[in-house]
Amino acid sequence: MSNSVHVYDARADHATVTAESPLAYSYQRSGMPAPGEASGEKSRAVIGERAFLGHLILRGGAIVLDEALREVLGIGLPGRPNSLTVDADGQRSVQWLSPDEWLLIVPGDETFGLETRLRAHLGEAHVAIVDVSAGQTLIELSGEAAHEVLMKSTVYDVDPHAFTVGTGVTTLFAKTNVILRRPDESRWELIVRRSFADYVYRWLLDAGEEYGIGVARESRHESQ
Amino acid sequence: MFHIYCPYCEELREEEEFHPKGQAHIARPEEPDACNDEEWGDYLFFRDNPRGIHHEMWLHAVGCRKFFNITRNTVSYEILETYKMGEQPTITAEHLAREEKTAREEKTDSAQVAEGGQQTVGASDAAVASIKGAQA
Amino acid sequence: MSQSASQPNRLTQGGQVDRTQALTFTFNGRSYTGHPGDTLASALLANGVDLVNRSFKYSRPRGIVAAGAEEPNAVVQLGATEATQVPNVRATQQALYDGLVARSTNGWPDAQRDMMRWIGKLGGPFMPPGFYYKTFMAPASMWMTYEKYIRKTAGLGRSPTQPDPDIYDHMHRHCDLLVVGAGPAGLSAALTAARAGARVLLCDEQETMGGSLLDTRETLDDQPAAQWLKTTLAALAEHDNVTLLPRTTAHGYHDHHFVTLHERRTEHLGDSAPSQAGHRQPRSRLHRVRAGQVILATGAHERPLVYANNDVPGNLLAGAVSTYIRRYGVASGHKLVLSTSNDHAYRAALDWKEAGREVVAIVDARTAPEGDLVAQAKAAGIRVITGSAVLEAKGEQRVSAARVAAIDVDAFKVTGKVETLACDTIASSGGYSPVIHLASHTGARPVWNDAIIGFVPSTVAGVAATGAARGVYPLGEVLADGVEAGANAATTLGFAASVDDATLPRVAARHEGSACALFQVPHEKATLRAPKQFVDLQNDVTAAAIDVATREGFESIEHVKRYTAMGFGTDQGKLGNINGMAVAARCLGQSIPETGTTVFRPNYTPVTFGAIVGRHCRELFDPERYTPMQAWHVARGAEFEDVGQWKRPWYYPRKRADGGLESMEEAVARECRSVREGVGILDASTLGKIDIQGPDAREFLGRIYTNKWQKLAPGRVRYGLMCGDDGMVMDDGTTSCLAENHFLMTTTTGNAAPVLEWLELWHQTEWPELEVYFNSVTDHWATMTVTGPEARKLLTDLTDIDLDREAFKFMDWREGQVAGVPARVFRISFTGELAFEINVQAHYAMHVWEALFARGEAFNLTPYGTETMHVLRAEKGFIIVGQDTDGSVTPEDLGMHWAIGYDKPFPWVGKRALTRSDTRRDGRKQLVGLKPKDPGVVLEEGAQIVFDPNHAIPMPMVGHVTSSYYSPTLESGFALAVVKGGHQRMGESVYLPMADGRVHEAEIVGTQFVDPKGERQHV
Repeated sequence: MSNSVHVYDARADHATVTAESPLAYSYQRSGMPAPGEASGEKSRAVIGERAFLGHLILRGGAIVLDEALREVLGIGLPGRPNSLTVDADGQRSVQWLSPDEWLLIVPGDETFGLETRLRAHLGEAHVAIVDVSAGQTLIELSGEAAHEVLMKSTVYDVDPHAFTVGTGVTTLFAKTNVILRRPDESRWELIVRRSFADYVYRWLLDAGEEYGIGVARESRHESQ
Repeated sequence: MFHIYCPYCEELREEEEFHPKGQAHIARPEEPDACNDEEWGDYLFFRDNPRGIHHEMWLHAVGCRKFFNITRNTVSYEILETYKMGEQPTITAEHLAREEKTAREEKTDSAQVAEGGQQTVGASDAAVASIKGAQA
Repeated sequence: MSQSASQPNRLTQGGQVDRTQALTFTFNGRSYTGHPGDTLASALLANGVDLVNRSFKYSRPRGIVAAGAEEPNAVVQLGATEATQVPNVRATQQALYDGLVARSTNGWPDAQRDMMRWIGKLGGPFMPPGFYYKTFMAPASMWMTYEKYIRKTAGLGRSPTQPDPDIYDHMHRHCDLLVVGAGPAGLSAALTAARAGARVLLCDEQETMGGSLLDTRETLDDQPAAQWLKTTLAALAEHDNVTLLPRTTAHGYHDHHFVTLHERRTEHLGDSAPSQAGHRQPRSRLHRVRAGQVILATGAHERPLVYANNDVPGNLLAGAVSTYIRRYGVASGHKLVLSTSNDHAYRAALDWKEAGREVVAIVDARTAPEGDLVAQAKAAGIRVITGSAVLEAKGEQRVSAARVAAIDVDAFKVTGKVETLACDTIASSGGYSPVIHLASHTGARPVWNDAIIGFVPSTVAGVAATGAARGVYPLGEVLADGVEAGANAATTLGFAASVDDATLPRVAARHEGSACALFQVPHEKATLRAPKQFVDLQNDVTAAAIDVATREGFESIEHVKRYTAMGFGTDQGKLGNINGMAVAARCLGQSIPETGTTVFRPNYTPVTFGAIVGRHCRELFDPERYTPMQAWHVARGAEFEDVGQWKRPWYYPRKRADGGLESMEEAVARECRSVREGVGILDASTLGKIDIQGPDAREFLGRIYTNKWQKLAPGRVRYGLMCGDDGMVMDDGTTSCLAENHFLMTTTTGNAAPVLEWLELWHQTEWPELEVYFNSVTDHWATMTVTGPEARKLLTDLTDIDLDREAFKFMDWREGQVAGVPARVFRISFTGELAFEINVQAHYAMHVWEALFARGEAFNLTPYGTETMHVLRAEKGFIIVGQDTDGSVTPEDLGMHWAIGYDKPFPWVGKRALTRSDTRRDGRKQLVGLKPKDPGVVLEEGAQIVFDPNHAIPMPMVGHVTSSYYSPTLESGFALAVVKGGHQRMGESVYLPMADGRVHEAEIVGTQFVDPKGERQHV
């Protein structure tokens, strides 16, 4: 690997440094209604943040990136536009964003190591790898009315028959944009920009009100 | 509210995801300094406003962030085709006019495209040929 | 049959209302009762309420005419409280609920004692088109006086003055096939397509799906229509690829099969949406539907006949008479005269008679009517007068008689003796108009069809009208037509569908005689002298008005429409348009197809603002973007400024010694002094940041910026200026060389997204061969600017970076730990003072920010906002793109020749334009400093500048103030401005005449007011 690109591990030690997720202020300001709490009955929509994951943007040619990714991470690039590949234990994923752009999401502490290994494998190939981990966050949405909450929010067709598992798109969400994806039958994932996260959070609580929307306190990832 | 086929995402998307960027196939002069003021002014400021076939550049802004081109009928708002940056349209005003002429000769009904009279603008056959020639 | 005492017109049997339950409602202050299943209109008719409104222009008493969306008169104001007021509600479409409160919308002070009658009288017996302008505009000065009163009397309702307690929302829907209208055609189409596997959305504007099946006399498979309807709806509900939306009006048809639907979810339940399981639910919802194919099964509206006094309460559409009897169990009077041009309307007389009421006569314009319904009427002993029509209704507040005579339709002449028939109700039918409104929205021109005497929609790809909407009326044919439309749509969409006759219910064939084309009924007097014959009841347009319009030279139907107001407003010509065209055609001596029709516009019926807004209101009106330090700013009591969608701290007012809060001026002065004398800190996280990687990154920067980038070494930072290819400044910022092929560009806060798009535009469209990628990292990095003479001292103990002035020079960047967090620190300055811009991953921003303040206590570290930032940068002459520039300013105009690399090899963006004659001419507006002669004066931003304040008005304006502040450092006001030829006018005086008559004088000076040599940032 040449030193033509500056690679820098800007992740701090979470044991000694207080890290705040993009929704930290929102929880304080708008609260976190617990699922099922409001009326004593089951929430038909539930959201939960998976904070501090590693988000890497990969740019470059599909063939060379696919090869590197298979080698380093064991999963390949999704072959089709608007699609998503998830690894066996569901912790790592790669999503098509454009013909020369993919989003890689991994556990936060793997981020820099992964970038380093990818760069080592890619050598002088013309690619770009950009860490955007702190610039966005992932919000999970589940529940029987989840797709109705989405229908209120996005122009994209989120009918579960049309938006099949393994689909991922960048599209409008209310008056901002999100990456929307469906990693499995039961969950949707929204990846939102940090500065818009509070708006999206408040929008979700508002749009989900009639379904008794609740906020899961522990993300799936952290609770494991 | 248009429904636009993004040639990169390979599917129809809502207009709200796109930004219109004006007339397509406006090439920046290779040697700007060789242009006189009028030529440079034409490149900067002058655009066609046809009734009928128009080639437009759009950006899939909330999506893949790629620029691409649309051939659109400015009367019916029908989008006749979309194609990637660097490609040329297969449908042009000249092409339609030729079809219309053939159809008239065959006395079949092709009044749909004939109405109002298409104008030849933007990526005309001649322009396409010259660009293709330049690339070859 | 007898009737209920409290509801004199309610029949004891029949209809789909639940007579066991009483609902109480109030209309114009009086209390009435009705039943579940009623509309407000049916309940009013049941209670014998004749007068529901005053007319728009002539203030004539008006009653209910129709039973559906086409109702022109019974447009009411709904709402029990001020906050729940809803205007423009058609009583015929409003389900009755307990406690409903409604008022007439026209008539001030009220519908009974009415101011408009006085104005109406001014116009004499006939108020011509253009009356208001012709009458009140002379003298013009008096218009203002009249207008106040006329405006008060006009209009169809009012908006509430208190906030709406309800919530509304939008839903985006996608389907293969949208079917509009759930009558026999729509239901057949939907079921056929659904069975083929298409994703179907079926909407219907009524409370109950079924359309004409809800009140038809016909049977399907020898069962009442209700039976087939129930089975079919159940079959549709079983398909999980079908969505049914009752109470949902398709009100607009937009490009590429994008249709907007207005679903009234709770309007039938009460004044305000009831909560469900403790949760608020939206009162109504706007569905934004993208369909692959659309089937319009919108039915047809019956056309009233145009005869004298056809607006007196008691004049109804024939079909409405049937609907009220058969669906609501209401007969709206006792003695009926039916005037018709077709067989179908005979239903009204048969239903009326079966309800136990008296049919005085059926007056048929045809000389020899001969269909099955005619035979039934005759068999029932009803008197049928042929070759005749009702010429005129008698009565003021209610019909008292009908004047009937033989007429010659073609010659437009009364040929027989007038007979006066005592009656209280006149039902009329001039045939049917297919509801082509939605098709019209697509731009499809209506096509006249002689066979059905009406307009049908022309063909548009992907849209099919079916059933009555395309002029197919017999029920059996309608069902078959729907099946065919559904199958065609499914096939086009790629589903296997076939038209299977076995699925069609059996409908008894019925012979129907042909109709005659009658629109306006002749009167003994000429149209201009006859009593008013209304064409458009909602807009009070008469046949005479159209006659006058054509006489005054309005020959195009579009002009006639605009001159008379026919088909305007919320009515959109549902009942009146075709009659209006016919009257115009007769007056112009031409056919209806020659006359043509006007085009119907969205919306089909009114949509509430709540539904249009959805949840894009209040705190969700627009996104608010926050930096990671937002909570801190809020806790510190910052005032915020909107910069694009960002909320940025504007200033941080502190408590004064006297306990009050600092004013902005006081806070800004304090913040400015802290930075110039001690140390301050700014949250600069909103600046756009773009990561640029690739072997051609440097080349690309050289092409997109005006200045040079070839020699910028890793570790160094450079200011860059960006122009459009027109040579005008569009953005600026610093770009750092992170490594040989790796740069970090910053942009202005508001331009982050546009600049990224700009880079992509050039890369994707002009220079795809350059190997470079751009990615936004704006939100990933939090940026805090520590600036002021004490900045280095403050930071020293917090970082492992060597801050020595030689080791870490101005315009260098370094990486290291700050407060235990990996950081990039940039030594750049927007204040002119020593400054360090610390960038950390946004997760740790608060950690670092608070550590800085913990350490900063010893230095009185002062947070400052955008206002102080503006003052400090302006004192240094640093521009703000978009404030000091406006898209017409070149780098040369700004005096930034040093940032232009004319000798760079590549013809960079903007270069050629900088040598155009216009950008080279003398007298361009150039950026200068202005020093007011009176140091206490702070010039107004935007103030115009003149050279000669004694010049006669209009004075030649030579520039304007772009930035202006009070400088606590200079103890004076100062400004930046653009002035014609300003760079050559140093030391000259200019003048700024103000609106209040004062004229400020200022001296043109350089743009750097503080530390002009720029030494302080290098310390």
